[in-house]
Amino acid sequence: MDKRKEFTSTAAMKKVMAAYFHELDEAARTGSRKIAWCTSVGPAELLRALGFLVYFPENHGAMLGATRLAKDCIPLANAAGYSPDICSYLTSDIGACLKGETPLSRAYPGIKSPPKPDVLVYNTNQCRDVQDWFAWYARKFKVPLLGVLTQRGVGEVTSTHIDSVAAQIAALVPELEKIAGRKLEPAKLKETVGLSLECSRLWRQVLETAAHVPSPLTFFDATIQMGPAVVLRGTEAAVTYYKTFLAELRTRIKDGVWAVEGEKYRLYWEGMPVWGKLRDLSDFFAGLKTCVAASTYCNSWIFEDLDPEDPFRSMARAYTGLFIVRSEEKKEEYIGEMVKKFGIDGLLFHDSKTCPNNSNSRYGMPERLQKELGLGTVTIFGDLNDLRCYSEEQSKTKIEAFIEQLEK
Amino acid sequence: MFLGIDIGASAAKAVLLGADRQVLASASGNSGVNFALAADGLRARCLAAAGPGAAAAYTVSTGYGRRNVSFADDTRTEISCHARGAHFHYPRACTVVDIGSQDNKIIRVDGAGKPVSFKMNRNCAAGTGAFLEEIAPRLSLPLGELDGLARKAREELELGSFCTVFTKTEILARIAGGARLEDIVRGVFGSIIKRIVEMDTLEGDIVMTGGVIAHNPYLGEMLQKKLAGKLFVPPAPQFAGALGAALFALELAAAGKK
Repeated sequence: MDKRKEFTSTAAMKKVMAAYFHELDEAARTGSRKIAWCTSVGPAELLRALGFLVYFPENHGAMLGATRLAKDCIPLANAAGYSPDICSYLTSDIGACLKGETPLSRAYPGIKSPPKPDVLVYNTNQCRDVQDWFAWYARKFKVPLLGVLTQRGVGEVTSTHIDSVAAQIAALVPELEKIAGRKLEPAKLKETVGLSLECSRLWRQVLETAAHVPSPLTFFDATIQMGPAVVLRGTEAAVTYYKTFLAELRTRIKDGVWAVEGEKYRLYWEGMPVWGKLRDLSDFFAGLKTCVAASTYCNSWIFEDLDPEDPFRSMARAYTGLFIVRSEEKKEEYIGEMVKKFGIDGLLFHDSKTCPNNSNSRYGMPERLQKELGLGTVTIFGDLNDLRCYSEEQSKTKIEAFIEQLEK
Repeated sequence: MFLGIDIGASAAKAVLLGADRQVLASASGNSGVNFALAADGLRARCLAAAGPGAAAAYTVSTGYGRRNVSFADDTRTEISCHARGAHFHYPRACTVVDIGSQDNKIIRVDGAGKPVSFKMNRNCAAGTGAFLEEIAPRLSLPLGELDGLARKAREELELGSFCTVFTKTEILARIAGGARLEDIVRGVFGSIIKRIVEMDTLEGDIVMTGGVIAHNPYLGEMLQKKLAGKLFVPPAPQFAGALGAALFALELAAAGKK
């Protein structure tokens, strides 16, 4: 069986991630810094500029999935009234809290629990579930719950959308200042947005190395390497790490080191990862000489609309311009561009049972793209975290049959 | 000689082909709990039927247990094999509807016998052979009697549930309401047809393969009524996957892929 090739940079990434979590843990234990919990596309730049340490429960959800602790946690949330049909990040995370369990303890010895928040800040640009998720913690910890309500299904992002979201972000400031105990310094916000933009640009360049045929990087590698882009955007640490990692990828290309030995086919992964099967699927695709070269998911942490000179409006534009927020037409245009850029042979849709907003196979998109792009598509049924919804044998047979279909 | 072995979720099938693509022998049995053993047995039976000294120059395995066939030279998925097997009988572009024990597949096949797209049932096995295997005992019927009973139905009886277990509950209500057994069985067949037609649009020539149509040909007649195109059922439809695998074996051997 062909195995994933590890990156030497990963050791540096692990250090960066460990420092991030230990800093949060220390602040939570000592009260030395205020802690904000933020959704993945919440206004993290604003929170950092106000001095908060920022924690992302979705990242914790992904860790629960990848370590398969989710399977023991989800039922507890189900029993507490949170349906098995809703976001399994939510049910994993709330279940983990009810169980007193966290993968952070195993990954970072000394950490006993996620850091207690002083405030919770969400953005519904991805789904409504984040609001309900954070509301549970707001009730539990008796801390303020703040948020931004973003329009969804957006075609062109217009000034109306941006005005609305920018105004909502700006309206958070007085409340956040009270909790932070300090005033927002415009220069600090500008600096943070600038760092976030730099991180985004580097992350895009990292992902675009996979446009090289054969590719030095797969989707599965990227889901591991995206950690700093997810939890540390707006910091120097993330920027420094991606400079290192990008250099390693460029060296791989120069030296002819490819992620999939003997790469024959290149796929696009649309939808959530199956976190508990990441390694297994990575090896499986490698065995099929197939590189999953690009994905919507990993691209979702590219926020190149950020502009340090216009922080509020540019945050609004960046958060609203994301794939998940857009209309079917815009999503299809985007995938079409990715297919060209990455030399894609076929599209894989992951219909993730508990994540409807990240499952784009439900409104005829595969059929339309098949016609428009002249490419084959395959849909596998699974879930981001709830492996009860994933039929391994059927999914693998489908993938294998799809590769046979691509054979000349 | 070229051997195709299809270790399905429920039944195992094998087809032995000569170099002229003539079927020399075939055999089937239960997949059981030891796929390797099932494959060994089928190979022995096929080679014995082909005569003394018979040996397979190349073997391709398919089906859920394809990776358990230790003597196979290569594997292909059941999707590719059913497409190839159906195309052997109907050498033109068509759509294959395979109802297996665990999966339903709709495979669009081009003029060369290659799949151009396919769909499988979702994670749930409602509408597959496993569905009939669940329902028949509840009706105190052997599987072999379903087809004959369905043909004797007089009234349209609709079972609406997506779920096998809920369908059984629905059937209980029908039994309690005094419905005739024949009507219930046809209702069960009708629910399989509904699962099929909602998977994909069915156009052009349709070829049905798999064990379920082999044992329940009335399903084909019922499906035909829902189609604009013509429906074909090849001889021995349950062997279509094994036949496809044997055809791959022949081609791969010819291409020197040993």
